[in-house]
Amino acid sequence: MAYFDAASTEPLHPQAREALLAAIDVGWADPARLYGQARRAHLLLEQARTEVAEALGARPDEVSFTSSGTQAVHLGVLGTIQGRRRVGRHLVTSAVEHSSVLHAAALHERDGGTVETVGVDLMGRVDLAAFTEAVARPDTALACLQTANHEVGTLQPVAEAAAACRRNGVPLLVDAAQTAGRMPVPPGWSVLTASAHKWGGPPGVGVLAVRKGTRFRSFVPEDERERRRVPGFENVPGIVAAAAALRAMAAEASRERSRLSALVDKIRETVPKVVPDVEVIGDPVERAPHIVTFSCLYVDGEALLAELDKAGFAVSSGSSCTASTLRPSHVLEAMGVLTHGNVRVSLPRGASAAEVDRFLAVLPELVSRIRHDAGVS
Amino acid sequence: MTEATQPALTIDALGKKCPIPIIMLAEQINHIPLNAVVAVLADDPAAFTDVPAWCRLKSHRHVGSYELPQGGWAIHVRRNY
Repeated sequence: MAYFDAASTEPLHPQAREALLAAIDVGWADPARLYGQARRAHLLLEQARTEVAEALGARPDEVSFTSSGTQAVHLGVLGTIQGRRRVGRHLVTSAVEHSSVLHAAALHERDGGTVETVGVDLMGRVDLAAFTEAVARPDTALACLQTANHEVGTLQPVAEAAAACRRNGVPLLVDAAQTAGRMPVPPGWSVLTASAHKWGGPPGVGVLAVRKGTRFRSFVPEDERERRRVPGFENVPGIVAAAAALRAMAAEASRERSRLSALVDKIRETVPKVVPDVEVIGDPVERAPHIVTFSCLYVDGEALLAELDKAGFAVSSGSSCTASTLRPSHVLEAMGVLTHGNVRVSLPRGASAAEVDRFLAVLPELVSRIRHDAGVS
Repeated sequence: MTEATQPALTIDALGKKCPIPIIMLAEQINHIPLNAVVAVLADDPAAFTDVPAWCRLKSHRHVGSYELPQGGWAIHVRRNY
């Protein structure tokens, strides 16, 4: 089985597995207590915090661990808005953010706040002029922008958006879930979120970093954990493993990035040559190294996923027939690109050229068979 | 008013899931004269995005999408070639 769904979750890095097993044995105690085992757990937690902070370009005391990337986004969005409630209750996001951002925005709206959703171009890149104009609204409490889109890979102009936010004194939440551990974090964030299982860490660990000087007030009940930003007992073994994975991924990142990116280039170039009526989606150059998405005209995305699964390929799709909501992906809709027959290939660390070649060899026949069965000549 | 041409053909794809509305459109657009308009009636949300995207890929012209009283849209496409 060739696993090509790293954008959903990266397989556990071997070094993370090793660290996890070790930390379950030695880091199980409550890091807030004062006896030997607790001090040990505390030390492991703070070492992991220092490493994660360094890898993400933050200070250790800015970093809190959450139970997921989604929770980091929810706490980050709503906590920053809460901290800025005297300024106003306006939130700016792009139309292609992860659903966790959009869900937090929807809750904020139901709670009486306002939201402006800035559109994207055909590549999925946010309209920077419109974003810049949007954050100039005087009651803007927060703006949100992802580093790279999770479905099409297009990089967002985070540094430019951050400069626009800074000119207006507006904090920017940067969702780095798709690039943390794979690419350097762009500068200028006020709040940074990420998810460990996307960089080869275990599930159940997210990162919420809040820059010194950014007003923040938790919107959920507080306790003494994680700088009062994330309530509840820390998952110390998971956090230790997350830090080990990030360290290992970052060490390999520059080499692995160009290797995977070349494989993505190959898929982007080959698919339109071997499959008729296909649209390769997203920016061909300014993109995350490991993600490529394409849509095949006249093809049912669910059927294609099932055929690829039978042929031994794990991929995902933004087509509506593959979504529990029966709506196409909001990302593809916002871009105005084909939503049916959609396939997202996202290469994990170590994905081989031979697997990619085999994918490119079987795809034309599968697409052609599905089209034939649907009566398309 | 130049754009609001009476459709030469109406394709009823109501209740049909994508890609079926697009397959029907691709099959039937050649049944209308050049520069005439075909209306695709569809209520799958994917069709609202996919018909204009198909027009862009196939160099036909998406004239407009008009909401239907019973839900869904009449999506008008002008045959360019």
